[in-house]
Amino acid sequence: MKQLLDCQKGDKVKITKLNATNELKERLISFGLMKGVEVEVLEQAPRKKTIEIKIGKMRIALRAEEAKLIEVQEI
Amino acid sequence: MNEKKSCPVISKHIKVALVGQPNVGKSMLINSVSNAHLQVGNFSGVTVDKTEVLFDYENHKFTVVDLPGTYAFTDYTIEERVTRDYLCAENYDIIINVVDSTNLAKNLQLTAELLTMSKRVVIALNMSDEAKKEGLEIDAKYMSELLGVSCVKVSAVTKEGIVELITTVIADFESSTYEVKLIFSEAVEEEIAKIVAYLQGHKYEAINSYRNIAINLLKNNKKTYEKLHDDPIWIELQPILIEASKHIELHHDSDDIKESFAEEYASFNRGIVAEVVKQSVQVEQKTLTEKIDNVLIHPIYGIPIFLFFMWTLFQLTFEIGAIPMDYIDAFFGWFGDAIGGTIPNDDVRSLIVDGIIAGVGAVVLFVPNIIILFIGIALLESTGYMSRVAFLLDGFFHKFGLHGQSFIPLVTGFGCSIPAYMSARILKNDRDRLLTLFIIGFMSCGARLPVYVLFAGAFFGPEMAGNILFMIYISGALLGIMAAKILKMTAFKGVDEPFVMEMPKYRLPSAKLIWHTVLTKTMMYLKKAGTFIAGASMLIWFLSNYPHNLVLQEEYAKKIESSTSETQKITLGNKLAESLLEQSYLGVIGKFSEPIFAPLGFDWKMSVALQTGLAAKEVVVSTLGVLYALGSDVDAENNSLVNAISKNIPFPSAVAFIVVIMIYLPCLAASVVFTREAGGVKYFFYLLAFTSLTAYGLAFVAYNVTKMIV
Repeated sequence: MKQLLDCQKGDKVKITKLNATNELKERLISFGLMKGVEVEVLEQAPRKKTIEIKIGKMRIALRAEEAKLIEVQEI
Repeated sequence: MNEKKSCPVISKHIKVALVGQPNVGKSMLINSVSNAHLQVGNFSGVTVDKTEVLFDYENHKFTVVDLPGTYAFTDYTIEERVTRDYLCAENYDIIINVVDSTNLAKNLQLTAELLTMSKRVVIALNMSDEAKKEGLEIDAKYMSELLGVSCVKVSAVTKEGIVELITTVIADFESSTYEVKLIFSEAVEEEIAKIVAYLQGHKYEAINSYRNIAINLLKNNKKTYEKLHDDPIWIELQPILIEASKHIELHHDSDDIKESFAEEYASFNRGIVAEVVKQSVQVEQKTLTEKIDNVLIHPIYGIPIFLFFMWTLFQLTFEIGAIPMDYIDAFFGWFGDAIGGTIPNDDVRSLIVDGIIAGVGAVVLFVPNIIILFIGIALLESTGYMSRVAFLLDGFFHKFGLHGQSFIPLVTGFGCSIPAYMSARILKNDRDRLLTLFIIGFMSCGARLPVYVLFAGAFFGPEMAGNILFMIYISGALLGIMAAKILKMTAFKGVDEPFVMEMPKYRLPSAKLIWHTVLTKTMMYLKKAGTFIAGASMLIWFLSNYPHNLVLQEEYAKKIESSTSETQKITLGNKLAESLLEQSYLGVIGKFSEPIFAPLGFDWKMSVALQTGLAAKEVVVSTLGVLYALGSDVDAENNSLVNAISKNIPFPSAVAFIVVIMIYLPCLAASVVFTREAGGVKYFFYLLAFTSLTAYGLAFVAYNVTKMIV
């Protein structure tokens, strides 16, 4: 399974699953990160500790640990 | 009815709750709506403030409660908790849901949740001017029809649509018909219908509509559950609910009903957006924000650029902030003399001039620094740059158990701990915030500088003193980061809090809004100086002046009278001050605590100085001055105090003393702010124990190591 963390800058992918705990999952969903949504990887902090993604018109920063929990597939 | 006619001015009171996601321009809107901040009161809750604004429009009195921005109805952050608790439990008439017109689909996610509440909602489509620029055309009328909720296009910046928004709120407040059209997928609608039918069949009494109750039950809303759980119908309702949830989860191929509902809302919102939003102009490939981000969060240049900004901010804070300081100091000196001249009673004059005015003056002295620092921080925040900083620094800080956003409060801590504790609010998560609050004290604040200057001057030559100062600051910061790591591994152990954060669009800051923020914060600081610091100053004054010893005073008065030379008189005066202090309550405390501090090599005078330093670090220097019999008019540059210290205090004791100053509680005022920000008195005792033990332990080590080396 491909994780969001594996993606490179500029990749556009679709979320297939959230493997997070309930609390974090709610958090991700409240930001619009949910199944079936398309995201684009915009920027990566040094050593990929943090990544910036874009969904719709919103930009979101995620830590590597969180990005690992999001399964994606290429469009 | 006739009565009403005879009285033409009937003011009706409408209480509005202003709700929206973060960064939708809510605060701007509240400013535009009320035309000016007529009466802005800060209702400091436990940690996050909600602001209330009052204004009149025609015959109506408005109270608008500005609730903290929230993405969804969860209790992940304090903001979300404050907002949710207010909306569920408080008394208000109508909700204005502020949404960002340029990002409708995302904003409607919260709207959908608001629509299942029993209160009426009016949607303010804010930033309509920006939307127009981006080529977005929203049909507000059609949207109102589709949702069954009034939607008004407004712009807080151009003030367009503000009047329409107010009149719509009045009209909706007075109208009785209200039917929200929030439509779900067939599977969900089917289950809702079943539950509604059941509730109708049993004539269940409720304020909210049956449909909303059904939706809330299906969403596992705790409050709704609690209400129904005690009702006899629960026994029959429960199996229906279980069946319904299973059906919906099956339909969504998920085992999480909340996730399923989020998807339901999202698809409903997509439908609405597709219907009402027309994109006339194709947006350019890269928005301005993305272009700026290419530079500011660049993997290589990002951090140096940020450091440059911070350096500039601190230069400005301390360079420009220092200019009015002399005037403020002079003013309080003059003010004290002027007031003192009018008071005949010695004790009262001493209390007011030496106690209150001097104490409050010491705090007001830092107002210019604080204003500049607050302006800088408000700028960083309102432009959207703060989120970028967190993005850049999270990797480094996370290693020490801190959060990227911890950086701002920590850096502020070098100025003053009070604004630092307050700015820790930008950390959304409780545990991250507490951890940051605990280590802010390690960043040596401006008030400790005089103590450092004094000791560095006493033991090192002027060419070395600067380096020593720098070393003290750096080692404080390093200790802080290490303390964070240790706390994270012990007291704040647990799973790392996730880092999921919106990177808002860059916006030009509004001068009015920044002015407003800075003004409120500064007023809060001044209020503290007037109330709390004044009280603490009185207490310290009392402890160091009482009990009076008339015998001693008379004895010295005679000696002074009989002495011939001026210098002898001064020496005797100082001797008297020392003896008086020794037998005052403060002196007694110092003597009593001497054995505790003996292992660190402190005499009773140093012990007292440390204890008065709990009130404020500035007091340490003046206490030492008094105790080493030089009179209380002593500052850091005073050479005789420097000499007295280098003569009377052994070097190892001095090192241990500096270590304690570096680590223990910043000051009483900061401790009060800490307690409020941390959300409980128990945290203050944790902080007290943590800083005192660390300070004591490290000072003990420092004392013994230095003794071995020297």
